[in-house]
Amino acid sequence: MASSFTRVISGRNTAVMLAMGAGTLTSGYLLSNSTEAAERRKCYPPSADFPDLRKHNNCMASALTPSIYARLKDKSTPNNWTLDQCIQTGVDNPGHPFIKTVGMVAGDEETYEVFAELFDPVIKDRHNGYDPRTMKHPTDLDASKITSGFFDERYVLSSRVRTGRSIRGLSLPPACTRAERREVERVVVTALAGLKGDLAGRYYSLGEMTEREQQQLIDEHFLFDKPVSPLLTAAGMARDWPDARGIWHNNEKNFLIWINEEDHTRIISMEKGGNMKRVFERFCRGLKQVEHLIQERGWEFMWNERLGYVLTCPSNLGTGLRAGVHVRLPLLNKDPRFKKILDNLRLQKRGTGGVDTAATGDIFDISNLDRLGKSEVELVQLVIDGVNYLIECEKRLERGQDIKIPSPVPQFRK
Amino acid sequence: MPFGNTHNKMKLKYTAEQEYPDLSQHNNHMAKVLTPEMYANLRDKETPSGFTLDDVIQTGVDNPGHPFIMTVGCVAGDEETYDVFKDLMDPVIEDRHGGYKPTDKHKTDLNPDNLQGGDDLDPNYVLSSRVRTGRSIRGFCLPPHCSRGERRTIENLSIETLASLEGDLKGKYYALKNMTEEEQQQLIDDHFLFDKPVSPLLLASGMGRDWPDGRGIWHNDNKTFLVWVNEEDHLRVISMQKGGNMREVFNRFCTGLTKIEDLFKERGHEFMWNEHLGYILTCPSNLGTGLRAGVHVKLPNLSKHEKFGEILKRLRLQKRGTGGVDTAAVGGVFDISNADRLGFSEVELVQMVVDGVNLLVDMEKHLEAGESIDDMMPEQK
Repeated sequence: MASSFTRVISGRNTAVMLAMGAGTLTSGYLLSNSTEAAERRKCYPPSADFPDLRKHNNCMASALTPSIYARLKDKSTPNNWTLDQCIQTGVDNPGHPFIKTVGMVAGDEETYEVFAELFDPVIKDRHNGYDPRTMKHPTDLDASKITSGFFDERYVLSSRVRTGRSIRGLSLPPACTRAERREVERVVVTALAGLKGDLAGRYYSLGEMTEREQQQLIDEHFLFDKPVSPLLTAAGMARDWPDARGIWHNNEKNFLIWINEEDHTRIISMEKGGNMKRVFERFCRGLKQVEHLIQERGWEFMWNERLGYVLTCPSNLGTGLRAGVHVRLPLLNKDPRFKKILDNLRLQKRGTGGVDTAATGDIFDISNLDRLGKSEVELVQLVIDGVNYLIECEKRLERGQDIKIPSPVPQFRK
Repeated sequence: MPFGNTHNKMKLKYTAEQEYPDLSQHNNHMAKVLTPEMYANLRDKETPSGFTLDDVIQTGVDNPGHPFIMTVGCVAGDEETYDVFKDLMDPVIEDRHGGYKPTDKHKTDLNPDNLQGGDDLDPNYVLSSRVRTGRSIRGFCLPPHCSRGERRTIENLSIETLASLEGDLKGKYYALKNMTEEEQQQLIDDHFLFDKPVSPLLLASGMGRDWPDGRGIWHNDNKTFLVWVNEEDHLRVISMQKGGNMREVFNRFCTGLTKIEDLFKERGHEFMWNEHLGYILTCPSNLGTGLRAGVHVKLPNLSKHEKFGEILKRLRLQKRGTGGVDTAAVGGVFDISNADRLGFSEVELVQMVVDGVNLLVDMEKHLEAGESIDDMMPEQK
């Protein structure tokens, strides 16, 4: 299919080449006329550039048809971010038969509008049927609504909540220029310097930290490194590393912010033990204060009713929130019903090294599966209720009692 | 079209100082040359196909380099890059190619009859002989910048052209994305198969995009003439065989290249070339001839001699391990090839290799016999 088409193109190119060649062979050593090259590029219809996705298993490849590509190919956002740039990571990384990755990223806030024809079905696919065209995403950062947020610490070793935030008006990591990235750093670090009390802390720039500081941050499991995953590097977010990247944390070491890693900011609240309510309370308080501090200087976070908080990867839209615990479940994890219980509770298990790691011993990282369509309070409550249920199952198994698979948690509000 | 750089005009909202990369930890040719002033002067320019300064230098910004090895740190996205960004490229070229000036002219000589000797490198020492170069097809963007449509067109043009070769050059094309397991294994066993680049030097420039779309390997039935399509350059052309008959290898190389060039011209295409820079390739280090002529040669005694490095330097030769660039020698066997690419013709470079290797083998024999090589030291070429 492609070959007969390109034969036609090369026929047309021949005419262009001959026209160019005759003139330039004798006149200096330049291809002189600048419009000729621009004309040459137009010789390629969308079908000549349509990526070969036959071996691919990601959300982008499932949604992208030749006609969508043809309609969107010549569009760009006000910052000149294009469709090809959105999908490059998905073209370069065919994916895995068992794991369906997203396969596309946003370069700026407008990406989600300009390329909605492709992003909307991908969002629907990834977020269990959430339809950005008709649904609204609820945002709720009122931690006082949380109930039963204190886990049995014989089982839960640590609790953590993370999310991301983007600074409106600046391009996202795949697209940002060095100046924009430095601006993100400046805006956020200035704001964080205004935090007080238990949130007061310090910034460590990746490029400037001392050996000792680096070792300290590694020991505390705070340090992030240059991405090596081809999923990330193919999207361009590792450019200019480590320029304008850094880590901020409070003096108490339970509130941490990553700057210019996969998103403008990643915000993490964590502590040892099972007091998830306090973790979430600090998370909400910290987030609100940071938002207030940037607003004082005329900045705001990217957010809208359709998609909630806007982040680089469509998988993190909505709340961008992952609330999780490290929990010991030696008996439950051997029970064949474990996976079904997790599924019905809308929970996910990972190893204690995070995504794509295996569990060590019987300790698991358990967190919410969903990001979009439920509020922060709803998701954290869901994790609390779910983990409490898992602990209850573990205790029952300890006593030789039977356990039940709970009924599935409902999907969206409506 | 690598990452985030199509919006060059948007970047101009910020000052040059705000956008200038941090090169304080860097050791590559680009970093040595690119001052804040130069950055300010060049950053609003674009080639006709939209390749910008940041596109040119991204690989050098992302890869600070090594204190011992000086990488180039910049690439071309199309033929015009070398002109639009000459303020950067010229000093990089001068530094990399031994003082080659912007006004110098490069001589191309692909007439194998001009080579003297070269058919009798001692096969007891010289295990294999090889000549490689690259070619770019005029009118198309280079691997860092080309679209999928362009890359596929280059592939199709190459397939058509190579399919017309006859005689001992007759062969077959294997597209990377279509090959069978069997074909793949055979190509690996023949040491012909190239894989997706993993080096961050290459990936950061964008040449790994859309892999393996549009990439493939062609070789003749005799397995002595090989063409890589759309790897680091549009075409890489390789002639090789076991033993020490470099003359025959070079003969086939020139004949094959000339034939391919003629076939492209019949279809209305030519190679990128000009009289200042010779053949235009993606990396400035490969300009001129793009030629690396080399042998795998046994030099267990000479390689341990204290003057080995100095001898190679004077002969304008370079040593590598037998796995190619960045590998170590195994069992006293070295890959010895020309160090230069630009400013010397193909014939001159191959002559240097032939004469140089003959001397090295001679020295090896002397050392084997317990004789000194002190009065055999060559002059600086």
